[in-house]
Amino acid sequence: MTKIFVDGRPFDVPENQSMLQACLTLGFDLPYFCWHPALGSVGACRQCAVKQYRDEKDSRGRIVMSCMTPVAEGVRISIRDAESVSFRAAVIEGLMQSHPHDCPVCDEGGECHLQDMTVMTGHAYRRYRFSKRTFRNQNLGPLVNHEMNRCIQCYRCVRYYREYAGGHDLKEFVLRNLVYFGRQNDGVLENEFAGNLVEICPTGVFTDKTLKQHYTRKWDLQLAPSVCVHCGIGCNTSPGERYGTLRRIVNRYNGEVNGYFLCDRGRFGYEFVNSPERLRQPRLQKGGQGETADGPVALVHARKLLDGGKVIGIGSPRASLEANFALRTLVGQERFFAGVEDEEHRLTARMLEILRSGLARSPSLGEIEKADAVLVLGEDVTQTAPRMALSLRQSVRQQPFELVDKLQIPRWLDHAAREAVQDAKGPFFVAAPHPTKLDDVAAATYRASPDDLARLGFAVAHAIDSSAPDVPQLTDGVRALAGRIAEALKNAKRPLVVSGPSLKCEALIQAAANVAWALCRAGKPAALSFTAPECNTLGLGLMAARPLGEAQQALKSGEADTIVILENDLYRRAPREQVDALLASARHLIVLDYLETSTTHKAEVVFPSAPFAECEGTFISNEGRAQRAFQVYVPEGGIRAAWQWLRDLLIASGANGAAAWQGVDDVLKTLAGSLPAFSAVPQAAPSAAFRMAGEKVAREPHRYSGRTAMHANINVSEPKPPDDPESPLSFSMEGVSEQPPPALIPFFWSPGWNSIQSVNKFQQEIAGPLRGGDPGVRVIEPAKPTEPDGPAGPDGNARADFLGAPPAVFEPQPDRVLLVPIYHVFGSDETSQRAPAIRELTPKPYVALDSEAARRFGLNDGDLAEVAVNGAVERLPVKVRDGMAAGVAGLPVGLPGIENCRLPAWARITRP
Amino acid sequence: MEIVIHIVTVLVVLFVVLNIAAGLIWVERRLLALWQDRYGPNRVGPLGLMQVAADTIKLFFKEDWVPPFADKGVFILAPAIVMLTVLMSFTVLPFAPGMQITDLNIGLLFVLAMSSLGVYSVVLGGWSSDNKYSLLGGLRAAAQMLGYEVFMGLALMGVVLMAGSFSLRAIVDAQSKMWFIVPQFVGFVLFLIAGAAEMRRLPFDIPEAESELVAGFHSEYSGMKFGMFFVGEYVGVVLISALISILFLGGWHGPLLPPIVWFLIKMFAFIAFFILLRAGLPRPRFDQLMSWGWKIMLPLALANLLVTGAIVLAVK
Amino acid sequence: MFSIIRTLWNVLLHSFQPRVTIQYPEEKPYLAPRYRGRIILSRDPDGGERCVACYLCAVACPVDCIALQATEDPTGRRYAEFFRINFSRCIFCGLCEEACPTYAIQLTPDFEICEYDRQKLVYEKEDLTISGPGKYPGYNFWRVAGVKIGGKDKGQAEREEPPAEIHSLLP
Repeated sequence: MTKIFVDGRPFDVPENQSMLQACLTLGFDLPYFCWHPALGSVGACRQCAVKQYRDEKDSRGRIVMSCMTPVAEGVRISIRDAESVSFRAAVIEGLMQSHPHDCPVCDEGGECHLQDMTVMTGHAYRRYRFSKRTFRNQNLGPLVNHEMNRCIQCYRCVRYYREYAGGHDLKEFVLRNLVYFGRQNDGVLENEFAGNLVEICPTGVFTDKTLKQHYTRKWDLQLAPSVCVHCGIGCNTSPGERYGTLRRIVNRYNGEVNGYFLCDRGRFGYEFVNSPERLRQPRLQKGGQGETADGPVALVHARKLLDGGKVIGIGSPRASLEANFALRTLVGQERFFAGVEDEEHRLTARMLEILRSGLARSPSLGEIEKADAVLVLGEDVTQTAPRMALSLRQSVRQQPFELVDKLQIPRWLDHAAREAVQDAKGPFFVAAPHPTKLDDVAAATYRASPDDLARLGFAVAHAIDSSAPDVPQLTDGVRALAGRIAEALKNAKRPLVVSGPSLKCEALIQAAANVAWALCRAGKPAALSFTAPECNTLGLGLMAARPLGEAQQALKSGEADTIVILENDLYRRAPREQVDALLASARHLIVLDYLETSTTHKAEVVFPSAPFAECEGTFISNEGRAQRAFQVYVPEGGIRAAWQWLRDLLIASGANGAAAWQGVDDVLKTLAGSLPAFSAVPQAAPSAAFRMAGEKVAREPHRYSGRTAMHANINVSEPKPPDDPESPLSFSMEGVSEQPPPALIPFFWSPGWNSIQSVNKFQQEIAGPLRGGDPGVRVIEPAKPTEPDGPAGPDGNARADFLGAPPAVFEPQPDRVLLVPIYHVFGSDETSQRAPAIRELTPKPYVALDSEAARRFGLNDGDLAEVAVNGAVERLPVKVRDGMAAGVAGLPVGLPGIENCRLPAWARITRP
Repeated sequence: MEIVIHIVTVLVVLFVVLNIAAGLIWVERRLLALWQDRYGPNRVGPLGLMQVAADTIKLFFKEDWVPPFADKGVFILAPAIVMLTVLMSFTVLPFAPGMQITDLNIGLLFVLAMSSLGVYSVVLGGWSSDNKYSLLGGLRAAAQMLGYEVFMGLALMGVVLMAGSFSLRAIVDAQSKMWFIVPQFVGFVLFLIAGAAEMRRLPFDIPEAESELVAGFHSEYSGMKFGMFFVGEYVGVVLISALISILFLGGWHGPLLPPIVWFLIKMFAFIAFFILLRAGLPRPRFDQLMSWGWKIMLPLALANLLVTGAIVLAVK
Repeated sequence: MFSIIRTLWNVLLHSFQPRVTIQYPEEKPYLAPRYRGRIILSRDPDGGERCVACYLCAVACPVDCIALQATEDPTGRRYAEFFRINFSRCIFCGLCEEACPTYAIQLTPDFEICEYDRQKLVYEKEDLTISGPGKYPGYNFWRVAGVKIGGKDKGQAEREEPPAEIHSLLP
């Protein structure tokens, strides 16, 4: 801690900070534009000027930029000093010269950093009488809207887009007062994190285009703390609702997880909630003909179907813990099946076993960002766990930072730090079957088939720890690469290994675990991160469900005759014939889901369940962090949370214990009591009984408008706001006036800080954890070593044996290719795919071939090819993608039309 | 036959008095409006005269609510007392020669006794409501009545001395040459003030001061029970105005016009005067009211009695 | 004592003064143009809707009786998809008019909007919109704001330079 003086008052602040950061941490309102906690200082906008004094006798002082001034013992500054106040007002007056007088039609209005700062500096009247410069806008795709006239040239967008997110297609143009931020030509912003420009831009140049379709001001949204459901990372979000539809998602800061940023899938994938394909009423179907029914009628009907008692349940990795557990309780542990492909189920179980019994800890994204040597083994992270890719991209700066430290340049002094390191990057290795978006920061890449990737992993593990299994028949090149990777990881302070189940290759996962464990045995605090394909993959995995493949046998053997499927489209999990056979052998089929799927069409009873924004639920992220997503609004129609339907079915079939399940809290309590793996889950968020000063937390901002008019067209007598006995939040603008605990923050707002930057006021320290700790509770920890302080070692409970054995060398075949899955951030996820904006960016199904392979099969880019795989033939256009591993071709995963192809698989590709 | 005539007289007096009191509601609102440059009720019926009927109908149809916490019996009794006592006083008033229900030889004492009993209605109403504002109103009423009753009686003793009788008819007859307002001007002023206080008219409506006590002793009353307090107050105004005419202005005496007309002119003039008081004067503080009554009015009344007595003795 | 008598005398003299009451239904009072009565939505001098659906009236409303939804026409001109005022809640405070950045929402001297049925006090955009500019002739927000709409390109608003050529490197 260092002592500084602000306006004569002494304060203790942490070292290694800029004065601006320190002042904001202390709660002072100091305006800024070009600075951002995640981007550091460049001193471009001159807005954060303060007076600095030599000592207590100095009364003249000099104006300095607080963002460029490090805190140091005894530094005296003044924020209120008249000269610096007028300096700041003058700066903003200059910035506002050409601002286009369009706040009323600007989507940023009401949550605009520029508005906040203008009010803060007191610039109220325009004196500039001359003409304003103008710009034409660009069409930047379906996600981000561009309105360049509003720009104040703070450069945050390009700094974020190019330097932080690694994009290439956004840059500054022209010069002097005409500086323009955009693309060379109109076109979709290529980066998967472009949506963050909406929050990075201090004004309305970049705004949310999906919000524009149903525009609502921030103060009119009803929000709740939520968790993204479009991949396994579990980013924290604040979805906002108005007039019964979900309007947008903004980032909800969580220092340990997503920090300040989301990926575009998470930010814009929400629109599936408003989809016309939503199920809104229970439906009774027979022979393809369906009729809607009331909830009680459907429940009675469903109960009759369950009467035989021979029921199996199929859970879902996209359903909450509560829903899965309710189903498991309904059908019994023995008859609860995991609703995922068997291979994925096996891999999930294996990953959980590795994380729970091994040495290495699964890191949070915050820790991933701090890793200084990374091996990505067989995972296209940008596409399977996008937000993690953004964190990995930051990790390559860790080692060069040492040089920055040596030069005594503060790390936050962004421009100087980047100048100092030039292009130097930390050790970052990507091993994948095809090029990935992280290749540009990689020190080395390795492209090979899944088996060969695993062999590299085993080789690295062996190079670190010779007791790990050796890899036979290794080429010199790979051995050298393995040695290089091993060296880099061993020399790192915080090495990290990233892998995952996306290639469906168990050896890869074992290899990744071996590398991490070898490092742990060498005394390194190595972290091991597995991606998870869906938002609750690990939660379902921890429930020890039976594999889906056994469901068929269960039905055949007469063990069961009725299936209850929870929020799952089985046609995405297994080949069509298999699913058809499974469903055909069941006498009755009950499905709970929120969207129409091929599976709901086959059901006898369909219950409309609630997606993330419409019910409460707990999800376990790939890190093993249980996080609660709260209900944002009460849906119309007969929609209820899946666990509530299942609870009512339980009660109807005489299980009285379930009658006590009044809320999510009760379900979680039972879950924690019956499955020890979940014992910590109830602590993920305060219980429904939580009150602050006797009040609940309001979901609506205190300026929420239109309460007495929004429903007046239906009935002029306003309805009572819905009660929410299940959570500590209220569907109202009445609630606590203080800051709620971090897991309950529906939105960030602070007096004078209407933009998302008000998060400053919620953090213990700028860019640090939220006050009260970052939300979520970890339920997966590695086994403890017996020595309390020693490095995790092979003794004690911790598992030290290396796993598995390297697979055989992959032999490319002349007539066939190994089809590996290619994931797409836009398209591979089941629910976000249904959002119109995401659908626009979803590629059409294709088969990816290396140019050499294409030549061999006589195909050109765009040609139709016949792909014979798994006994079926698909006609797909060819996309030539250079850099694919030899003998390997790629097929996109989960795209409409080819969603149920099991990969990897050998395929014959021919010209039709 | 005698009895029938008596009953008819009683009924006529009752009818006229009650109608005048009810009409006063309209008169007061119109007069207040006149002095405040407004119109007052002018929509219901010609000149708004039916306003009284509308108000009465409204009062009759309002929910007759007895609060569950109130002392029910007393609560119902209280408004009846006020009507009863005030109307009883009218039995001894001589409106014109021959127009009198009964001429008691202690008529004036009877009137004073009745008005003293009237305080019970207020006190009991305030107490039985079991409401702090009502109770405070009742307490104030008790204190106020006590203070002003004393010198009201004393102020009239001058008149009694000069007339040599308590009979109201005799007092009127004693004024055939000179109205008592001339020799008894001080007594007149004292009685005027005491009368207003006795009837709880502004500026002496402290027991029901709405800016302090909601509605004072009748806060909890509604419907016709409230109506009885309300009409009781107006009957009281009629009574005091009639008394003043009788005691100080020679009653029915006057040239040309028939006696009853003279009496009514005098009475209505004072009614108008009481309304003017309401239009013009603010309400005093309670302690001011009390010290005014005990420290100024009472000594003045005693002095007046002393001087009158001395003069009467000397003249005889 | 004298002051009391004087007061009474002065009050009595009011008998001879004219009455200030206006006998309303027979006699219509004069209401200033700035009187705060029924709310209307005006049009700009070109006949277009002035309301740009910025939500500022709704947020300024202390009784929250204004609800609307913004939308855009294909040229980017923003307007209200629906605009609803619940006059049974309105307190005619005029804060919406003060908040309106485009002079669209205005209060008028018309106060005769009573209804026996509360539901009829819910006014939609069609009920609110008038054909003229109301109290503020001449102002057109879109001529001032630097956004592009149909018929007005970038650089064509008041005091704007033509759009910058972004691929130019000329100093």
